[in-house]
Amino acid sequence: MPFDFSPLWISLETALTATALTVVLGLAAAGWRSGRRSRLWELFDGVLLLPLVLPPTVVGFFLLVMFGRTGLLGRVLWRVGLTVVFSWPATVIAATVVAFPLMYLTARGALELIDPSMLEAARTLGAAEWEVFAFVTLPLAWPGILAGAVLSFARALGEFGATLMLAGNIPGRTETIPVAIFFAIEAGDTRQALAWSALVFAISIAVLLALGAWTRYQRAYLVRGQARHEAANEIPANDMGVE
Amino acid sequence: MALEIEIEKKFPDFTLQVAFTAENALVGILGASGAGKTMTLRTVAGLDSPARGRIVLDGRVLFDSAAGIDLPSRARRVSLLFQHYALFPHLTVERNIAFGLRHLPGVTPQERSRRTAEQIAAMHLSGLERRFPGRLSGGQQQRVALARALAPQPAALLLDEPFSALDTHLRSQLERQLRGTLATYAGVTLLVSHNLEEIYRLCPQLVVLDKGQVIAHGSREEIFRHPPNRATARLTGCKNFSRARALDQGHRHGALGASTLIEALDWGCALRVAQDIPRPPAHVAIRAHHIRVEAPPVKTPPVALPPIERPPVGVSSIEFPPGEVPLGEAPPVGASSAAIDENTFPCWVADSSEAPFRVTLFLRLHAPPANAADYHLQVEIAREHWTALKAHPLPWQVQLDPGRLFLLPD
Repeated sequence: MPFDFSPLWISLETALTATALTVVLGLAAAGWRSGRRSRLWELFDGVLLLPLVLPPTVVGFFLLVMFGRTGLLGRVLWRVGLTVVFSWPATVIAATVVAFPLMYLTARGALELIDPSMLEAARTLGAAEWEVFAFVTLPLAWPGILAGAVLSFARALGEFGATLMLAGNIPGRTETIPVAIFFAIEAGDTRQALAWSALVFAISIAVLLALGAWTRYQRAYLVRGQARHEAANEIPANDMGVE
Repeated sequence: MALEIEIEKKFPDFTLQVAFTAENALVGILGASGAGKTMTLRTVAGLDSPARGRIVLDGRVLFDSAAGIDLPSRARRVSLLFQHYALFPHLTVERNIAFGLRHLPGVTPQERSRRTAEQIAAMHLSGLERRFPGRLSGGQQQRVALARALAPQPAALLLDEPFSALDTHLRSQLERQLRGTLATYAGVTLLVSHNLEEIYRLCPQLVVLDKGQVIAHGSREEIFRHPPNRATARLTGCKNFSRARALDQGHRHGALGASTLIEALDWGCALRVAQDIPRPPAHVAIRAHHIRVEAPPVKTPPVALPPIERPPVGVSSIEFPPGEVPLGEAPPVGASSAAIDENTFPCWVADSSEAPFRVTLFLRLHAPPANAADYHLQVEIAREHWTALKAHPLPWQVQLDPGRLFLLPD
């Protein structure tokens, strides 16, 4: 039997799409939340962070109820001819919802670390709000945003419970690597499970190594204030590992 | 070029209520921390909104609560030099300075780099163009921040404690540089500081803030010579206050001109003050470095008192600004010795505190002190004078020059 690579492509597509979505949504939520100090907003935080603490199957169940044909959103989508449940978008929705809190938390941390006088300086120098965000906030929060994105990607790639609940296991359409591993084990195909596990392991290590190298580079040029090329020269080629 | 400010904003612990007009000159805002100095700058820059009021810069209304006008910071053409400079750490010196030029309408890229280069040359930053702020010294950071603030040619420049983040040895040099830079700047400049020497040296005009209120406004000489109230006197460095009661008033007293005889209740003595007062005084005050302390002459026949216009050995007039005594007039030379005699009292040293070149004495009048905290006057004298005085037995003589005493209505 030829090895079916489709779970790899589905997983990568799902994780990348979900990461892109969480970065945008997480940043927007964090940016909107920053500067609001009221106690009431902590409730808002609680709701957003819920997927982090709930079992993924519970999140998946809620999503199923929401997007099901009789659910609040499902009914609206049904009317315009869309069915989410047991389709590829369902894997993206499940992964996004589960990964979102990680992005939101790291983005908020990164934004709160920015000295407000930097933003004020930009305003007095004539920058409009979007320019302040694009030229000051974003570059300064970038390390945190990237870290959040990597965490979200890892979480989205590994998502199992909510995905299985909402998207099911349709080979070639909604079967991601974690789901494939589960069903391989269930079918007694240990070798296939091992192959997929090794692949996920390799992807995870590669992502961590890339993050480590990038953080080192970023720290060198931001904190010590060295020019980019100076900082780049300081990283020995054989020392790209993660501590 | 004028900046008119009239603002009001309530805070939990005080109400900021500030109104003054700054013409061309550099105006200094002096006040203790928490007096509302920085908040005043922030409302002018548009970073905070006052509850009520009006801010007009060169005829442009920046804020008017009645008309519902509140221009955003970016449209105000007001640059603020932050206390810790707030340089963008991810941009080079060059790009920090060019930041404000990017947002100016009608500035071509060529014009932008020309003006950036101009600022870099003017601020002696050549060679540092490609550096990031993290690799600059404190003084260099301040110059980059100033260049960045001035590059867009703002209509007003606001400086918030520009030297507080610097080491002491850098300050005087940077202060002179700043004075040179500001001399060529055409707009209105407001400088906030709690350091009176610094603000006196830099700003011909002063606004004194206390608990959110303007308590004095005018030329620095006038404010330092005749503080209108106790808080101003204290903020301008005056250390000695006593409750006072007028004994007689409006006397012509020899060469002193108008003078008043008062009773200083806390100092337990009657004093002649070379000042004619319209209102009954509540306090009399004298600055620490204006008090003379002498060893008493060996013989004390009343007519043989030493002449008053002796060289200023005991008068160390170095509190502010060095070499530029704020009180323009010399003490009334040739005043009748009787008048001076009136203001001379025996004194004992309760405590002393030594700085490298000056000594602060805490003096008890009339009788020996019970302890170190039992004193009436705080006196600053040169260290050499202190060394010479110490050879003489107590009590010494303290003399409160009628020309240096001033009366306060509150």
